[in-house]
Amino acid sequence: MSVELSVDNLSCIRQDRCLFEQLSFSLKSGDIMQVAGPNGAGKSSLLRILAGFLTPHSGQVCYQGQTVDKQRLEFNDDLLFIGHKAGVNGHLSAFENLQYWVDTHGCVDEHDPYSLLGRLGLVGLEDVAVSQLSAGQQRKVALARLWLSKARIWILDEPFTAIDASGVKGLQRRFEQFLASGGMIVLTTHQDLTMNFPSLQQLRLEYRF
Amino acid sequence: MLSYSQSFVATLKRDLKLALRQPVDVVNPLFFFVLVIVLFPIGIGPEPNLLQRISPGVIWVAALLATLLGAEKLFKEDHHDGTLEQVVLSPVPMSLYVLAKISAHWLLSALPLLLVSPLLAAFLNINASGLVAVALTLLVATPLLSIIAAIGAALTVGLQKGGVLISLLVLPLNIPVLIFATSAVDIAIAGYGYSGQLAILAAMLVLALLGGPKAISAALKVSV
Repeated sequence: MSVELSVDNLSCIRQDRCLFEQLSFSLKSGDIMQVAGPNGAGKSSLLRILAGFLTPHSGQVCYQGQTVDKQRLEFNDDLLFIGHKAGVNGHLSAFENLQYWVDTHGCVDEHDPYSLLGRLGLVGLEDVAVSQLSAGQQRKVALARLWLSKARIWILDEPFTAIDASGVKGLQRRFEQFLASGGMIVLTTHQDLTMNFPSLQQLRLEYRF
Repeated sequence: MLSYSQSFVATLKRDLKLALRQPVDVVNPLFFFVLVIVLFPIGIGPEPNLLQRISPGVIWVAALLATLLGAEKLFKEDHHDGTLEQVVLSPVPMSLYVLAKISAHWLLSALPLLLVSPLLAAFLNINASGLVAVALTLLVATPLLSIIAAIGAALTVGLQKGGVLISLLVLPLNIPVLIFATSAVDIAIAGYGYSGQLAILAAMLVLALLGGPKAISAALKVSV
């Protein structure tokens, strides 16, 4: 079954400043959308509205053709959001963090957190408290969810921050694989995607006064 | 589909594990409770009747403040590191997460008080029937204190320094608990039945269990 996310006449006002208004777009399986724009243009706010953390000033977000408010748990089940905050506890190890996430969110049937962390370049660090890891390594622990989640919608806010070049490449390969399997990605990033995604759409938000 | 019990147990285990790695947070309320109760007889003087007279109030005020000690931290770390964002987006209802957090808070900061209370009762010259009443009221009413503390913690989670505000928000809600619990112990020391007070405390607990987690989830969602 394909997945569909659309936004209808969305407006967002924060601190008396209108970030964007009457924004409409619609995405389906296999689409990837990059939200671009200067700092403060409202990229993160848009992503947070899509994920349901913020209520838009007007307009609505629709999932499978119906407004998300009426089907929040179903939508959550199909959504993976990784924001600025990693959602990773510094006192727990990478493995414990992933295990907790899997226990509360569910995951793909066959998974092996140890080999996954190994593939991400965290060999030997699986059982070290996450606060002892470097910024990039901590980010990788959060992004490991991209391999565990069975959600079909990914909302990623600056996923490449602090990640090295080969890590960025690995993530984009994962994007490609995910899109081919019928997923949908909305992301913000300041650097351009190095791989070529045929279904890439760009949404540019301007800074408004 | 994800099982609810698995998700509840995962949160509970995670919190207990985290507490074991920072044992200060567990020891702190217990230490405070013990200190207050040990210092009182020393300050007031060895007057058995007077000590017995004030004992319900002393024990209960100490227990109430001890459970408030750890309250500020209840959701703080999860809010700070983004775990709360992931919890909000989890496909299981958020009340389960809240209930697990409250259970962990109770196990870590209230259960130890319950366990040492017989020992401390000796300091305050409480008789046997009073001692049973202390243990019973603590058993029924400390979960209630944990839920109330969690309400305060959830409402102030987005603030930098929410500690004082939590006390202000939560203390008025705690006063009914204090009144019925101390009155139960008072009556027990005098040798009469106190099932009425216990029943009211239990009724308040049921009410809090039904409405609390839902309200706390709503408060947390606003701050995410």
